[in-house]
Amino acid sequence: MKFSILINEGPYTHQASDSAYHFTEAALRAGHEIVRVFFYHDGVYNGTRLSVPPQDDRNVCERWSALGQEHSLELILCVAAAQRRGLLDEGEARRAGKDSNNIAPGFEISGLGQLIDAGIQADRLVLFGD
Amino acid sequence: MATKKFLYVNRKPPHGTIYALESLEVVLIGAAFEQDVTLAFIDDGVYQLLKNQDSSAIGTKNFAPTFRALGDYDVNKIYVERESLEMRGLGKEDLMPLTWEDEDDDWAEKDSIHIVSSTELAEIIEQQDVLLNF
Repeated sequence: MKFSILINEGPYTHQASDSAYHFTEAALRAGHEIVRVFFYHDGVYNGTRLSVPPQDDRNVCERWSALGQEHSLELILCVAAAQRRGLLDEGEARRAGKDSNNIAPGFEISGLGQLIDAGIQADRLVLFGD
Repeated sequence: MATKKFLYVNRKPPHGTIYALESLEVVLIGAAFEQDVTLAFIDDGVYQLLKNQDSSAIGTKNFAPTFRALGDYDVNKIYVERESLEMRGLGKEDLMPLTWEDEDDDWAEKDSIHIVSSTELAEIIEQQDVLLNF
């Protein structure tokens, strides 16, 4: 089956990202296809490379990067949600005149159209959030 | 491109969190994809459609007028759950009028908002391909 994943909450405060990670990982292991993982609302915070959790805890952001790179997943941060919250890639940072960028490897910033397209392409769009 | 039935379920009040505003942003972007779009408002989500909203005292953007543009994007199936309205002492007269022009009916102006029971809404949800909950 083809799944698309939507994550609407940030890491650590909310379990949404953890549940989505376990679901995605299990779906891939079972031979399903992941069309795209889309991060919206505070979910875009999952895509920062500057998160430094305590060593005895899971690293939610790095874990997504690793899974994304292992399976060539599309990990998409909504551009409007990301800009509001200070998540910028190199291009966005330059355009906005900011001194740095903070997107983790494997993540990409794109538009909400990618969410609609994910809904169209997949057999099931699975939403993780409140 | 395949056409699917998208339902946006709005459950949160317009202010207090950003969910309502960012939901509307998805609806507006999604409208360009020529999918079959339906909106539902339940629980505190019904407050999003209140008329005469004014958020100036809390310094947040009043995005309520944007709902009026939905008709121009062919988003004209807007269902509001009756039980949610009643529980909050509200009726259709408390909601802003949202209309669309039916080009198959000599551009007659029609109501986009339909008040439905939770049972009717369950049937509408049942018919959808993609559900987005905000």
